[in-house]
Amino acid sequence: MPSRTYERGAISHADRKNPRVRFWLGLTQALILAGLLVICLGPLLWLFKAAVSSTQEIIADPFGMLFNGEFQLGNLTRAWTDVRVGDYLLNTAWVVLGSWAATLITCVTGAYVLSVLRPRWGGLLSAAVLATLFIPNIVSLVPLYLTVLELPGPGWRLLDTYWAVWLPHAASAFLVLIVKRFFDQIPPELYEAARIDGAGPVRVLVSIVLPMSRPILGVVSLLTIVASWKDYLWPLLVLPDPGKQPISVALPKVADSFPLNVQMAALFIAVVIPVGLFLVFQKQFLDSAGNAGALKG
Amino acid sequence: MTAAAPPALETRARPRPRPPRHGSLRSWVARGGLTKIAFAIPLVVVFGYFSWWPIIDGVAMSVQRTNLVDAPEFVGWSNFAYVLSDPLLPKAIGNTLLFAVLSLLIGFPVPLLLATFMAELRGARRLYSVLAYLPVIIPPVVAVLLWKFFYSPEPTGLFNTVLGWFGAGPFAWLNSTGTVLPAIVVEATWAYFGSTTIIYLAALTSVRRELYEAAEIDGAGIVRRTWHITLPQIRGVVLVMLLLQIINTMQVFTEPFVFTGGGPNNASTTILLMIYNYAFIEGDYGAATALSVLLALFLGVVSAVYFAATRRLN
Repeated sequence: MPSRTYERGAISHADRKNPRVRFWLGLTQALILAGLLVICLGPLLWLFKAAVSSTQEIIADPFGMLFNGEFQLGNLTRAWTDVRVGDYLLNTAWVVLGSWAATLITCVTGAYVLSVLRPRWGGLLSAAVLATLFIPNIVSLVPLYLTVLELPGPGWRLLDTYWAVWLPHAASAFLVLIVKRFFDQIPPELYEAARIDGAGPVRVLVSIVLPMSRPILGVVSLLTIVASWKDYLWPLLVLPDPGKQPISVALPKVADSFPLNVQMAALFIAVVIPVGLFLVFQKQFLDSAGNAGALKG
Repeated sequence: MTAAAPPALETRARPRPRPPRHGSLRSWVARGGLTKIAFAIPLVVVFGYFSWWPIIDGVAMSVQRTNLVDAPEFVGWSNFAYVLSDPLLPKAIGNTLLFAVLSLLIGFPVPLLLATFMAELRGARRLYSVLAYLPVIIPPVVAVLLWKFFYSPEPTGLFNTVLGWFGAGPFAWLNSTGTVLPAIVVEATWAYFGSTTIIYLAALTSVRRELYEAAEIDGAGIVRRTWHITLPQIRGVVLVMLLLQIINTMQVFTEPFVFTGGGPNNASTTILLMIYNYAFIEGDYGAATALSVLLALFLGVVSAVYFAATRRLN
């Protein structure tokens, strides 16, 4: 790699010139790359080939199928129209989009109160949010379901509405606290000055705090989006209407009634969108995944 | 660390003049009291309904009989007694512990070794990261449905074909009580190891480099430098990830539920599957919340003991 200098790790620059180190480093590198290709990419390539093969071919010789020239695009169209993968994907998109919006609104307004507006009851609110971080989710699974059946107070029934997925997703103490921690780093002089110039709290949020918070909002967005498209148990419980179910919930139920190659085509379509998005935004995905750990640690 | 995670973690102390308090409602409104409340509403409503209330209600329901028709009735410890005497419970506890232990045996060293190696890579680090993270991006249900076919018990199943090349098998995988849990663990590890790897890799980039040179002068080779300098510096992250992994694997649901539904012969029934069955198959919300509370208490004790033990280590 020309014109780029790398920080050294455990292996020094001098080590890298040593032929023995180079040999072992190169060998390990090649072996691990081969392993990752087979283990991580392999199943996806296999799935792609299965999605355009005939069922007999998949069953009779799952590896032989890879090398014959068969190419049945019809499986994909059948998965789209008969299995109705398209509808389920649309539901997934709706679930993801709403969860994302609900989470961002909750995190931003909540963190703004706790970090910038700082009312006298802020400490209490902060502690109440923090406390939920230490309680395993499983305690609230069943009562959360009953809450969705009948919201205490107004008595609304949220079952089979997307609110039942969106709102519980937004109650993430971890995300509220990482946004708050980011807001805490913004120098207070910046918004004190704006306040003296007569800017109200909304103005300060929109024109000072939010523009400075793009990195953390990106991290929160990606973490929410990934978590909500991977979610299974909760949408399974609160969206019993098949017409509203996201693809993760619908596929295990409907897949068995179709021939294997159409099932594989449906799985392939379900995988191709997240994988495509990941490949396009790989840097953002990997950064936010790494940061999530740094913040936990 | 990137811009997304500010390096200084503690909140900066900031002197801020407060307007003098007059105590009257009008001055409270003038100081922005209403605005503050308005901004807090989304957080309070969302957490109130979907976090705080369910947690309190969960504890309350564990000592009540709830059937959605009559008012909840206090029944003391009988839900706990019922759950603890369920003949399936020891089996589910055993399965859950075995799942957690097996997951740690494979899922703990693999990301650590991989990330330590990847940190030494130069141009190709991104390629390795992308490959390792690919399975994490796939929705777990889709991954399970795909692996279900890989685990086909027929001699022509994917894994049985590979093992057949070496003269082994065929195995029944998900259909056999002996292999079902390890099979699920392998799939779950495949699905999650990338995320841990990326977290370790991010931690490894902030390792201090000066120490390596000092070690080199003392004649330490690459392996000893890694063991004595690299790994101790990321111990904090490793210890937290280890605990999170234990907590997460003890609450495993999607994989056994979609793979086998707990079968064959309850060989893959975990505690969460029992909770699900109590609540959503039998409608026994009391038993479900009682078992949830027991599991949460257990995880709380595990975390407390873990922190006490690792604090001494640091």
